[in-house]
Amino acid sequence: MNAPMNAAPVTAKKLKVATTSLAGCFGCHMSFLDIDERILKLLELVEFDRSPITDIKHCGPCDLGLIEGGLCNAENVHVLREFRKNCKILVAVGACAINGGLPAQRNHLDLRDILEEVYQTEYLLGRAGIPNDPELPLPLNKVHPIHEVVKVDYFLPGCPPPADAFWKLLTDLLAGRTPTLGHGLMHYD
Amino acid sequence: MTTDLTFQLDGEDIAFTPGQTIMQAAKAAGVYIPHLCWHPDFAPHGSCKLCTVKANGRFASSCTLEAQAGMSVENRSGELDDKRRTLLQMLFVEGNHFCPSCEKSGNCTLQATAYELKMMSPHFDMFYPDRPVDASHPDILLDFNRCIMCSLCVTASREVDGKNVFAMGGRGILGRRIHINSESGKLGDTDFALTDRAAHICPVGVILEKRKGFAVPIGERRYDKAPINEQVKEPLKEAAP
Repeated sequence: MNAPMNAAPVTAKKLKVATTSLAGCFGCHMSFLDIDERILKLLELVEFDRSPITDIKHCGPCDLGLIEGGLCNAENVHVLREFRKNCKILVAVGACAINGGLPAQRNHLDLRDILEEVYQTEYLLGRAGIPNDPELPLPLNKVHPIHEVVKVDYFLPGCPPPADAFWKLLTDLLAGRTPTLGHGLMHYD
Repeated sequence: MTTDLTFQLDGEDIAFTPGQTIMQAAKAAGVYIPHLCWHPDFAPHGSCKLCTVKANGRFASSCTLEAQAGMSVENRSGELDDKRRTLLQMLFVEGNHFCPSCEKSGNCTLQATAYELKMMSPHFDMFYPDRPVDASHPDILLDFNRCIMCSLCVTASREVDGKNVFAMGGRGILGRRIHINSESGKLGDTDFALTDRAAHICPVGVILEKRKGFAVPIGERRYDKAPINEQVKEPLKEAAP
């Protein structure tokens, strides 16, 4: 599995990778970091552009973009489009990016009803009124997976995908192979 | 009885006895043909179409087609698995299949079949249908969000339990659903019991026993241990009544 990493010349131009979490919980990013010391090998071959790891706010041209989370507000859509515009290969990472996941459990409820219950009517949840600061992105009526808005090249299922699945995806892509996940690495839960 | 009757399944000789379907013979030989609505204990339904094979060049449901000597059957070809994956994707977007929050995850036939067919995404736009749950029964929860309309519960309740608790009704993708045969339409108003065969027949996570969540942790369940195509001969582990 490590062969492509060792075989690559140290002087090769590093590939640029951007990552983000939209309507997700950062659990996929945490699982990504569970590749542990392999991240040092990875950093010999890639450099991170926009990512929670670098805190860079906007991504430039990249070879690979990893998207965690689905779309629950307008800002998510703008970020997703920025990634699609800049990334040669875009990967939907985790259940939420792929089918909406946990945030999409609100989809059978009316958005106004949810906001009113949380911010106005429900006892003990505070009655400050529905937030309407212009800085806050507007929620979408329903939560959507990212493939409904942009073309997605590859999918990495799981809640979260195991660290070894991240490693398999990245090593396959860096070696120029179509990523494949065998039994144990591919699961939806 | 000795038999020299065989047909070819993906180039492999499969023995069969007269009257056996392709699916029955393949299962007896330990060969996996993807399927959802077929169950070895019941008459074939032929509705999910996952088990579609090419028999002598023609598409046919292997659960309903009787095996014939010398027949040449194509099963796990790229063409057929592509079509099966599309059928699965349509099932996934028509319901609300959120595996991370489902008690059946890891033991689910739909999920295991999707793993086997390498379904990486739902591909289509999600429907997110509104399907309220029925928690009226003291021992059993019905979560219709995950129903794939295989109708195994209808058959099991009618033919084994003699109760006729479930029925298929309605029309169209969003209209068709399982109905409960009680005046209120609630399971709590039927004589359905945890000891019924129908309480343990669901291949997905609709019919669930209450107060028995996550007895086996995620990651250690049936299809976490081995993929579905390696468990063809093992009997379905339905909870003992």
